[in-house]
This record gives sequence, C-alpha cells and structure tokens, in this order.
Amino acid sequence: MNRDNDKGKTLLKRTLIIAFLSFCLIFALLVRLYYLEVIEGEKYKVLSDENRIATRVLIAPRGVVYDRNGSVLATNKQNFQALIIAEQTPSLDETLQRFKSIIPLNEAQEQKIRQEIRKNKRFVPVKMKGELSWDEVAALQLNAADMPGVVIDEGLERFYPLGAYSAHFLGYVGSVSQKEIDQEPMLAVPGFKVGKAGLEKVFEKKLRGQSGHIKLEVNAYGRVVKEIERQRGKEGEALVLSIDSRLQKVAQDAFEDHSGAAVVLDVHSGEILAFVSVPSFDPNLFSTGMSQNDWQALISNEKHPLTNKAVSGAYSPGSTFKVVVALAALQAGVISENTTFDCTGVFDLGDHKFHCWKHSGHGVLNVVGALKHSCDVFFYEAALKVGIDKIAQMARLLGLGSDLNIGFENASKGLIPDRQWKENRFKNKWLKGETVLAGIGQGYVLATPLQLAVMTARVVNGGYEIMPRFTKLTLKDKAQIKKLPINFENIEIVKKGMFDVVNDKEGTAKRARFDIGGLKMGGKTGTTQVRRISLKERKTGIIKDEDLAWHLRNHALFVGYAPHDFPKYAVAVVVEHGSSGSGVAAPIASKILQEALKLGI
Amino acid sequence: MMAAMYQSNFNRQLSIKEKFFKLSFAYILCIVLLALIGTLTLYSAAGGAMTPWAKNHIVRFVFCFCLMIGLAFVDVKVYLKYSYLAYFFVLLLLISVEVFGHIGMGAQRWIDLKVFKLQPSELMKISMVLFLAKYFHSSTLHQIQTIKGIIAPFLMALFPAILIAFEPDLGTSLMLLFTAMVIFFAVGVQVWKFCLGFGGLLVLAPIAWHFLHDYQKNRVLTFLNPERDPLGSGYHIIQAKIALGSGGVFGKGFLNGTQSYLNFLPEKHTDFIFTMLCEEFGFVGGVFVILLNLILIIYGYLFAYRITSYYGKLVVIGLNTNYFMYVFINIAMVLGLLPVVGIPLPLVSYGGTAMLSVMISFGMILCMDVNHHINLGRQSFND
Repeated sequence: MNRDNDKGKTLLKRTLIIAFLSFCLIFALLVRLYYLEVIEGEKYKVLSDENRIATRVLIAPRGVVYDRNGSVLATNKQNFQALIIAEQTPSLDETLQRFKSIIPLNEAQEQKIRQEIRKNKRFVPVKMKGELSWDEVAALQLNAADMPGVVIDEGLERFYPLGAYSAHFLGYVGSVSQKEIDQEPMLAVPGFKVGKAGLEKVFEKKLRGQSGHIKLEVNAYGRVVKEIERQRGKEGEALVLSIDSRLQKVAQDAFEDHSGAAVVLDVHSGEILAFVSVPSFDPNLFSTGMSQNDWQALISNEKHPLTNKAVSGAYSPGSTFKVVVALAALQAGVISENTTFDCTGVFDLGDHKFHCWKHSGHGVLNVVGALKHSCDVFFYEAALKVGIDKIAQMARLLGLGSDLNIGFENASKGLIPDRQWKENRFKNKWLKGETVLAGIGQGYVLATPLQLAVMTARVVNGGYEIMPRFTKLTLKDKAQIKKLPINFENIEIVKKGMFDVVNDKEGTAKRARFDIGGLKMGGKTGTTQVRRISLKERKTGIIKDEDLAWHLRNHALFVGYAPHDFPKYAVAVVVEHGSSGSGVAAPIASKILQEALKLGI
Repeated sequence: MMAAMYQSNFNRQLSIKEKFFKLSFAYILCIVLLALIGTLTLYSAAGGAMTPWAKNHIVRFVFCFCLMIGLAFVDVKVYLKYSYLAYFFVLLLLISVEVFGHIGMGAQRWIDLKVFKLQPSELMKISMVLFLAKYFHSSTLHQIQTIKGIIAPFLMALFPAILIAFEPDLGTSLMLLFTAMVIFFAVGVQVWKFCLGFGGLLVLAPIAWHFLHDYQKNRVLTFLNPERDPLGSGYHIIQAKIALGSGGVFGKGFLNGTQSYLNFLPEKHTDFIFTMLCEEFGFVGGVFVILLNLILIIYGYLFAYRITSYYGKLVVIGLNTNYFMYVFINIAMVLGLLPVVGIPLPLVSYGGTAMLSVMISFGMILCMDVNHHINLGRQSFND
C-alpha cells in the first residue's frame, strides 16, 4: 500500500511536469502565431498581394490630330486580330484546318503558331493573324462555333486617313527603340508606339496621354481569375493643326510625278496651310508593319520619298533670292526705284565674265524691270554695290539661314554666307565674284522651301517677323509679331516687280497668271543649275536641259503670294530637276494659290 | 463503517443513465466545436461548397461521435482486460500492412476494408498506450525504476515505431516514441535513463539519417532553411507563411482567403488547414482553435487527476499526450517551428483515420472519467 502510494505520488509529480511543459509549448505556439499574424502581418499581406495581383498596362489612345477645319488627319483605328487559346480547342489540327479554310495561312505562319502554342502555357492566347478585314472578322464570327478556342481581339492602331498626303508633316509612329527605353523606362510596354518623325514626334508628350492599367487576380498557375481594378488612363490630347487638308491635297497633286516640295503660309500668322514633299509614302505602313519589298522600294527610290524636302532639302535659291538682294540694296540706299543698269548680257569683273541668262541682254532696267525679267546683270551690279554682309543681314531678317524653330529633327538651316562665315569656314577672304554669284542666289547660298516661303511671307506682309508654325496662332500672339526694320516703300517696290513677273506680258512667269474676281498673284521664278557648265560646253553650245539625264537637270523654283493687293498666302515651290522655274514651278504655285483663294482659308 | 461504505460506493457499477450524466459535456462541446470549425474551413477550401470535403467531414464526424459515446459507455474493466490483446492484434495488422499494404501517398499505410481504409499505425498509438498503462499498472515503483522492469515495454514501444518508420511514416513513428517516452517519464523512470537514451540517439542519428528517404531528408533540410529551394519543397513553407501572416489580426474573412482560393496554398484541406483558417479568420481565429485544444488537454489532465485507478490515470495521460502531439506538431509545423512531417490537425483536417483515432481515444478518456471512482486494484506479480 505504501509502495502504491509512492507510485501514485511519483505519477502525480511527473504528470504535473508534463502538463506544465505542454502548456509552455502551446504558449510558444500562441507567441509564434502572434508574431506571424500581428507583428509581421503587413509584410505577409504585401507578399500575398504580390502573389495574386498581376498588373497590365493599358495603352492610352493617342491624341487625334485635326486639320484647321476639323477634318481628321490622324486617328486610332480598331485593329482586329485572331487569337487561339490552346486549352479551349479540343483538336488544334482540326481548328487550324477550319481557320485556314476561311483565312489562308502559309506554311511558315502555321509553323509559327504551333511553335508559340508549344512555348506558352495552354491558356495563353497566341496570335494567329493580325490586320483582319471586316469581312474576315465577320466570316470568323459566323464560323465561331466550329472553331472553339479562336477569339477575335481588337486593339488600337494609328491611322492616317490622308495617307501619303500627310506623311511628311505628321510623320508616323513606331515601336519604342532601346534608346528611347533607356531615356524613359516607362515606355517598355509591349505594343507601345511613339512618334518617330514629324509632328507625331514634335508633339509626342501631348499626343501620348497617360497609360492606364488593369490589376488582375491570378492564381498560382498564372491564370487570370478576375479583374480587380481598371484605370482607364488618359487619352492623349487632341491636336488641331493649321494645315488645310483640301489645300494640302491640291498642292500635292499639283506636283504630279515631279519630285520636290512646297510650303504654303498664312503671311500674317505664319500658320502653315500646306506642307508638301513629294514623292511621299503611306505612313500607315509604319504602324501596320510593312513588307521587305515596300521598304526596299522606299529606300531605293532615286526621288527619296522618305526625305522631307520641305525642311531638309537645302537648295540654291537662284533668282528667287533676287528679292532679298533688291530689298537689301533699296534698304541700304545704294539703289532707288529709279536707279538703272544697262544689261548687255555679260558683266565683267576683272578678267572674269559673268553672263546674264539672256545672252543678248535686257538693256536698261530699273529694279522693277530687273525683277520682272529676272535680269542677272542688274543684280550683279546691285549686289556688288550693297555688299555681301548687307545682303546676308537682309536674308537673315527674312528668315533664311535659320531652322525657324520648326522642331523637325532633320530641318536644315540652309546657308547664308558672309565675310565672317568665309573667314571661319575656309580661312580665306571673301571675293567680289562670290558677291556677284550670291546676287543671283547661286554660289554658297542655300535655302529650304520652308525658308523661301517664310522669306516671301515676311516681304509681302509688310515686313513682319512671322514664324512658321503648324498650330493656329492666337490673336494675342499675332499682335505681338515684331516689325522688321524694312521700309514699306521698299517692300512696295519689290512687290511691284514680283507682280510684273506674273502679270506683265514680258514677265518670266506670265503663263502662271490668273485673275479670280480681281485677285491676282505675284512671285519670283528661279532656275538653278545642279551641274557645272564647262567653258568648252559654253563655246559649243549649252546642252538643252531636256536632253540631260533627270538628275542633271536644273532645279525649278518659284516663290509667290496672293492676292497681290492685300497678300494673304505665300508659297514656295521647289521642283527638283524640274528644268524651269517659270515653266514648271510657277504653274504649280499658281494652282496652289488659286485653290487657296477659292477656299478662302 | 464509513470507510467501508465509501469503498463500496466507489466500486459500484453505474447504470447507463448515471453514466450519461457523468459525461463531461464541456469536453464534448469542445470536440464538437472543433469539428464544426473544420467543416466550415473545408467548405471554404472547396471555394464555398459542401463537396468534396465538408460534407464527408461532417458525416464521418457523426459516425465517429457515436463511436466515441459508445466507447464511453463500455465497462472500464473491459479495457483493462483486453489491453494486451488489442496491442498484439494491432501489431499484427501493422505487420500485415508491411506485407499486403496498399500503396497510398507513396507510403504503405493502409488496409483496404472496402468502406474505409484502415491505418494500423493510428490504432497503434492507442493500443500502445493501453498496453503500457496495463503493464505499469501491474508494476511496482521499484520495478519501474530498474532496467529489467522497463526493458519489455521499451521494446514493445520501439518495435512498432520501427515498423512504422519503414512504411515510411516518420511523423507517426516519432509521435509514437514520444508518447511512449512521456508515459515512461510519468510512471517514474529515472531522468538519467532518459539522458542516456538521448545520448545514444545522438550517436545513432547520423546512421538514422542514412536510412531516411530523400524526401524526408529534404523536408528536414528545407525546414532548416526554407529559402534553400523556394520553388520546390520550400515553396510549401513560404506560401503557408504568407497565407498565415497575411491574415492579420482579424483575417481576410470567410471565403476570402486569396492564398488558398488561388491555389498558392498546398494541402490546404489536410495538413495545412490551420494556415487557411488563419488566413480567413486571422490571429483571433487561430487563437480560438488553439484555446479549444488547450481546454481539451487541460480537461484531460483534470480527468487524470480525479481518476482513482492507476491504469485509468495512465490511459488518460497517454492518450491526452498523443492528442497534444497531434495538435502541437501540426500547428508548429505550419507555423514553421518544425519540419513538414505530415501530421494532420485532428477534427479540423480532412481525413478519416486521424479523426477515427482521436475520437476513439476521446471515447476512452471519457469512459475512464465516467468511471473515475472505480478502483481497479493492482494485479500484483510480487505481492
């Protein structure tokens, strides 16, 4: 009995120890639970959200671009593509067979689809065919029941209704390059498109808008379970341009098969009404992806369709530059309206002979007559009298030699030479002969069609420093346009000459004249050599331009404005290898100005 | 006279009605509550559906509940009488599993009885407690404290544990050994013998390591450093911790556990059900479940205290320890305090055998308590 008592006491003692240890262990569980759920709870909450939430970027629709009348120039078109979800189709072979009977796929395409399906999880949609037409979409939907797993997905794609008409000022969009991603890591979104050229690039920030996102709940295998949150993002801002698409079309069509450029400005605001560089290309090909052949055709074309000639083409302005020389000489007081020179067809400077384009000479001419006939000798004399520095000064006042802040990447500044420039460039002194050549817009002088249009506008608007722009100018900004230090009287003299160029029966561009209810145009022709004429050729007779290969023919230029009495539109036309300013460029300018007057922009 | 009456009163057999009213209703209530929480969590684990788990769970529980009550009404002397027989019967079953065993979960643990699969290792936990209780009930303290007196029960505990370890079911095997160890400790085996035993284990451990299966080695290694293999075995532990921790104080709400709902949580309806519970009901829910289990265990010790017979005391302490092992190992495992060993949370986890086994032991515990006044005497070998 006593022994049993001891046995019982031992059991009680030992059991108390066991119970106490058990309670301690359970207490440890509670502490651990408290630590994990209460103290570390927030950390694990974040981890669990990271587990389950996948974020996808919703690309914001790009801003729509309108012309000055509200016509759409760039918009976002729905792009339909057919996708296949492997797990939803009972037999991939059968579904592919049926799909091919509606939309043909070649061997390579089919191979690629199968490869993609193999590579991805079975619930991941794989693209079968993009760029589906409405008919194809309709046919697919009609047969949807026979093709389980085939779904039609719609996305947005940039679309330019005017196609080639708008290519050179709007530019185009394309996939983000690695360089752009390095600068802005946020752009690294599949399918994201950014402006690559033209105004799409200049106004990129404004047009892009703000990307939205969808937060999706995904399970452990990556399958989407539900949508948690959708932030639509902000559509890019709309952009209203100063371009008039009607005028743009007429202007571009006026070039027919020629290569060249034209810019039409509102002379009081600098707003660009039409901006042509031909031949052009279809910018839609850049957003949909173009074939190798299309690309080859574009880059091998000798007329360089991808080059924006209106801003990056720097041409010798030729006789159109005589407007600048005339104004410089008048403004400097070295000539007046009554100053005359006698043109004998040749001008001697030392032992060098400078010829007038009319070998028989123009006789005695004042500045108005010299402009009308485009007499070279008169401007040789005038240029020498006023000197290159004053000519350059006037040229710069009129907008030449500057990129005019147009914002385009490849915009050329052209070239307005003076003594200082030659000193810096060649470490040589300026020669008088170079002044003579500059007097007729040859030699070093280079200008872009845009600059020539600005030059014309600044002259005919009475000497106001307008800047070219693609967006509309507010009235307030218009009032702040500065007056250039050029006298009205001198401008009137030059304008009289430009009027005669077109409207006088002896004017060089008389064939381009028109009269729309009393509204007439003025202008100045220019024809510039692109090849050297050797002394030998001069003796044996200069080869006629039309007998030369296209790329050796003269460039044809014309700057014009209308209406003459109260100018509103200025235009500059350059036709590459167009042979004759009066014969080819002037009629194009005339067509454009007539259309502008008719439209009454 | 008083003493005689007292004696006779304490040895009197009780009627069914008396027995019923002596049942501990608070104890039974805790059991029912845990089973209901299990059903609720399984309903959520199925994404808010009774099938495939919740319905089965409740049906099994009702069956096991009847069994438990039935066992509570059995004459306590029957247990004592058949304790050895039960042990050897279960040992036989265990050996037959080795021979005819049905493959399940990569381990031979089941005997297919058509209606349900019998897991002899679970039954062994109970029958071994009965065996040891009866054995020590018959021993004197002096015998217990000699090597000769404990060598037989030691081998009787070791043999099934080794069999189970080779099934292989390391978790159950260790649980069995721990339970046996606790009983040995309770009856008064000297502490230095335990120290000696542990010393021997330390020597044997490298050899045992050699016999472990690769997945078992992995589990131990991964437990020591879960980031070792974040996509493999460590994935379970990391995802379980995320599920549990993200519940916070009040949880994500019923049916709102994203980790389990989105399948990040492995074994959410069986061994890892506590994590899911904590994800949806938070710290509060977790504490509630732990406290319910704590109450059951405290009751167990109170029963053991008031039971008159040495046999009854030992049975209750043994079975109570066994239940405590289940709860502690499972929760410590999902909390990242122990390696993942595949021990369910009884009454809450889905799975028949564990529930059957703990409900049988609850039935026996209740029976011992109902008859706590009965003095079974000591069948002495020496006296």
